[in-house]
Amino acid sequence: MTLVRALRDPASTAALDGDGWTALIAMARAEQMAGTLARRVTGIAKPPAADCLLTATLASAEQGRIAALWEAEAAHRVLALLGVPVVLLKGTAYVAAGLQAGQGRSIGDLDILVPRASLDAVEAALLAAGWEWVKPDPYDDAYYRHWMHELPPLIHRERDRMIDVHHTILPLTARITPDIDAMIDDSVTLGNGLRVLSREDMVLHSVAHLFADGDLAGGLRNLWDIHCLLKEVETSALMARARHHGLEREAARAMRLAQALYSPSEVEKPVSPLTLADRLYRRRLLARDGWGRATRPLTRLAFYIRSHWLRMPPLMLARHLWTKWRKAGPA
Amino acid sequence: MKHVHRVRIGPVGFRIGSDWRAPIAQIADLYRDYPAPNDGVADYNVRLFAARPWRRWLRPAITLGGDFTLPDAVPMPLDWGVLAAEMAMNLQLALGERRYLLLHASAVERDGRALLMTGVSGAGKSTLAALLATRGWRLMGDEFALLDPATGLVHAFPRLVSLKNASVGVMQAAAPAARFGPLLASTPKGDLRHMVPDATAIVRMDQPARPALILFPSFGFDPATRPLPQSEAFVRLTQASTNYTALGEAGFDALTHLVRAVPSRAIDYPDTDAALEMVEAEWSAL
Repeated sequence: MTLVRALRDPASTAALDGDGWTALIAMARAEQMAGTLARRVTGIAKPPAADCLLTATLASAEQGRIAALWEAEAAHRVLALLGVPVVLLKGTAYVAAGLQAGQGRSIGDLDILVPRASLDAVEAALLAAGWEWVKPDPYDDAYYRHWMHELPPLIHRERDRMIDVHHTILPLTARITPDIDAMIDDSVTLGNGLRVLSREDMVLHSVAHLFADGDLAGGLRNLWDIHCLLKEVETSALMARARHHGLEREAARAMRLAQALYSPSEVEKPVSPLTLADRLYRRRLLARDGWGRATRPLTRLAFYIRSHWLRMPPLMLARHLWTKWRKAGPA
Repeated sequence: MKHVHRVRIGPVGFRIGSDWRAPIAQIADLYRDYPAPNDGVADYNVRLFAARPWRRWLRPAITLGGDFTLPDAVPMPLDWGVLAAEMAMNLQLALGERRYLLLHASAVERDGRALLMTGVSGAGKSTLAALLATRGWRLMGDEFALLDPATGLVHAFPRLVSLKNASVGVMQAAAPAARFGPLLASTPKGDLRHMVPDATAIVRMDQPARPALILFPSFGFDPATRPLPQSEAFVRLTQASTNYTALGEAGFDALTHLVRAVPSRAIDYPDTDAALEMVEAEWSAL
C-alpha cells in the first residue's frame, strides 16, 4: 500500500524517514516500478540519499527508453520490407507515442502485433536477421504455435533482447476473443512507419492482459498503465469498444480498481464502488511487503490457478498439466 | 525480516535481512566500524532466507535474495552466512548499480592516485591489494572499483577482503593484527576467509581517487610486463564491467576517458614477492 499511496499522492512521501524510503524503493523495484516512482516524486522534498538513488533510477529508465526505441527501430528495419503493418504494444508503444504511461516505465521485451496471415513471413525475416529461438522444447514450441496469441519468444543473437511477435492479444484458447482485425485496422501510424493501437484499444489490450490472462504478477504496473491511459480516452467510447471486443466486464473492473488504487480522492470520472471480487483482486495486487517480498501465498495460488482456468478449457488444461508434469518428472 | 543489519560501504548503503540470527551477528561484528547508510536510506536490500519454511531449522540452507536477483541461485549452508551476505551484496551492485561504472577490479591508493588491478579469478588481485595495504597503500576495495562517469574519479568500496586458499595464510602472516571472519572450508571457491580492511581503509572510504595506473596481473608465469594498447585495455575492461552495457553512452564515455587518460600494463608474475616489486616498479616509473 505504501507504494500505491506514493504513486497516487507523491506529496505523502514527505512523511517518510530513511526506513520508509528504503521500503518504498524495495517495493517499487519488486514491482518493476522504480522508474515510475522516481518520475512521480521528482521535485518532492526527500532525504538527499533517496534523491540521489532516484536520480540514478531515472537515468536508468531513460537509458531503457532509448534501448527500447532502438530495438523497435531494429525490428522495423527488418519488417518494413515485408510491407505488413507492425503495431508496437505495451511499454515500447507508450514511450514511442510519448504517453504518460511510458514515463519512467521499465521495458523488458519488445512486443509487436502483426496480422496472423503474415506470421510466417515475419518469423522468417526475423530469423534471417539475427533473432533465434529461446525455447528448444518441441512441446512448448508446438503449444505456442497452436494455441497461443504469440510466436514462441525470439532473442537477438547480438543485442540479447527478446521479441514477442503477437498475432492477437489473448490466447486462442481463452473464452474471450477480441476483434483483432479491427484492432490492426484502427491502429495509428507514428510517422516513422511503426504503428500503435488506437487509444481505446491500447487500454483494452492492457485490460485484457491484466484481467483476462495471467495471474496478476506485475499487476500494479499494468494497472498504473491503465490508470494513465484512461486519461487519454472518453469513457463512453471505451466502453463501446470494450463491448465490441467482449471485454466489457474486464474494462469496468479495470476502471474501478484503477480509481480505487491510483486516483486521488477528488473524483474525475465517477465509477461504481468495488465489488466483492474487486476486493480479491485488490488483495492480490497489494501482496508485497517492505522488503519487496511476495506475501499472501494462498491468494497468489488462487490467482495462479485462475490464470490457467481462463486460458484453457478444462480438458485441455488437464492434458497440458499432465504433459508438463511428466516432463518435469525424472527423465 | 527477523534479523537486520544496516551498513554503508563506500557510497553504497545496504539493508541486510536474514531469517537467522547468526549471519547477521557475524556481519554486524565484522562491519562494526562502518557507518549506517546515509540518511538511513539503503541503496540495496539483501535477503538471506529459507526457501521453504522448514529449511529454517531442518538442514538450514540460505537462499540469496534482494532487489535484483539471478534465476537459479543455489542455496548455501548456514555456516557460510558471511559468504552469502557478501555475495548477495556484490550481486545487488553488479546487477543494479547505475551511478558508477563498475569495474571488477581491486583498487589501492597512494598520494590521492589510484592503482586498479583487474583480471580473472585467481589472478591475485585481492591478495595483491591486501598486501599493498600492509605496505603504505590505502585499500579501496578488492572486488569493485566504482568509476564516476561525471568526474572520472574512482570511489572506494572497501567491503570485507575475500581471501582464498593459500592467500589466507599469506595475509594472516602479513597482517597479524587484522580481524578475520570464520574459515569457510570447501566452498565452490575453495577455502575462504574474510578479512576486515584496516582502519585507514574504513576511515577514508569516502575519499575518491584519480586513477593513475591499470594493471592486468597473471599469476604463475615468469616475470614479464607489457604495455597494453588502449583498444585492448578498453575491450578487457568492458568484459570486467558488470554494468557497462546497462549504462549505455555514459559507460562508453567513462571507459574511453579512462583508458585514454591512464596507462595499462599486463604483468606476469611467479609469486607475490615478485609481484609486489613489479607493481612498485611500474608505479615509480609513472
